Amino acid sequence: MASKDSISRTVMVALALCVVCSVVVSSAAVVLKEQQVANAANEKKANILAAAGIAVVDGDLDAAFAQVTPKLVDMATGQFTDAFDTNVYDDVKAAKDPALSVALTGDQDIASIRRQAKIRTVYLVEGDNGLEKVVLPVHGYGLWSTLYGFIALEADLNTVAGLGFYSHAETPGLGGEVDNPRWKAVWNGKQVFGADTSEPLIGLIKGTASPSSKHDIDGLAGATLTSVGVTNLVRFWMGKDGFAPFLANLKAGEA
Amino acid sequence: MSKTKDILISPIFANNPIALQILGVCSALAVTSSLSVTLVMCIALTTVTTFSNLFISIIRNQVPNNIRIIVQMTIIASLVIVVDQVLKAYAYEISKQLSVFVGLIITNCIVMGRAEAFAMQNPPLPSLLDGIGNGLGYSVVLLFVGFLRELFGSGSLFGVEVLPLITNGGWYYSNGLMLLPPSAFFVIGGFIWLLRTWKKDQVEPAEFTLAKHTK
Repeated sequence: MASKDSISRTVMVALALCVVCSVVVSSAAVVLKEQQVANAANEKKANILAAAGIAVVDGDLDAAFAQVTPKLVDMATGQFTDAFDTNVYDDVKAAKDPALSVALTGDQDIASIRRQAKIRTVYLVEGDNGLEKVVLPVHGYGLWSTLYGFIALEADLNTVAGLGFYSHAETPGLGGEVDNPRWKAVWNGKQVFGADTSEPLIGLIKGTASPSSKHDIDGLAGATLTSVGVTNLVRFWMGKDGFAPFLANLKAGEA
Repeated sequence: MSKTKDILISPIFANNPIALQILGVCSALAVTSSLSVTLVMCIALTTVTTFSNLFISIIRNQVPNNIRIIVQMTIIASLVIVVDQVLKAYAYEISKQLSVFVGLIITNCIVMGRAEAFAMQNPPLPSLLDGIGNGLGYSVVLLFVGFLRELFGSGSLFGVEVLPLITNGGWYYSNGLMLLPPSAFFVIGGFIWLLRTWKKDQVEPAEFTLAKHTK
């Protein structure tokens, strides 16, 4: 058995092993790819529907999602654009691509996201009487992680219809309470903008917000930095560097 | 036959990889804050140890001695990637929560330790059983830790509410420490204490004795 440790034998065993392992790994990846892509797409749809408050009947996501129309918005002008196919365009990837995104200056970047995609996907929910809800993607830095989510606005483009985060890594039980349905329900019916200002006023306060206040949301107990992060990200995306120009256009019917 | 059974059963309590050998503790800290995630992690790790032991044992007489660790790593890494892909396809929600920790099974000392210590010297069938046994030993500790952490940290078991939380209008004020990784250290410490109270032969001899006058 001395030949077991010879150089040629070593190279042969290593090569054979690599070939076998790479075939196994790549076939697993190829075979399961379709299912994985479908999972990711379904999850996104489910989150958009959850933010918009649309019930999924019998787990049929596609039927429920038929009410939702994805559209692309040029963030600089606030107008709809057809530059890409909504089925293919990926906001998160675009935000990392220098050609498709802009760097934010320190003053603008209150949500600590560094780069912003030039074009973003928004989701319109239209009923018999025209626009019912609009779902906007939001993200920003909390304590440990970037929180990715959706905020839904009513047809007046001021009242919050729902909010939800689909990806974050905040502390479970503290910042992780952004997923608590009771807390998310507090957002419903709050106003993003004040009566005489286009600056977003909505945000989290310390402690429990009074039910009569229009813009205050309960702070997350024990999670000051996550609370600040959520306030910042909502104010950024509702502000002039976020969706404010688009919302103004949409309100005026010029988007 | 009793030897075969022994290979399978002894790692669960008598020769537990976490409690006695103190291997593979890292993932026990990270993934035990909820039971369903813990259970999937246990299944994933047991699958990987079982098959890595089996495959390594099958080719043990062909593997040149000087590259044996690399060979083991390659087999383990391939298995882990396959398990990760399967989880992403069929248990998407949980695979998102497990995130990098499935990938980190590659570096789990139990898998590597059993491959090197057992599978390299033993025929395939006992190696397979040893893999299952050690996977179960790991699972027992993880489920114990996960049970306590989810019960006292989130007031639920497998996501079903057991102790209604104050934040959900109940009476139980959750223990935030239980949700953070360090609590797993305390719980594992407690587990080892219980186990060694039951099986006294696992108690290590004192490394030194106290001088009389210090008592």
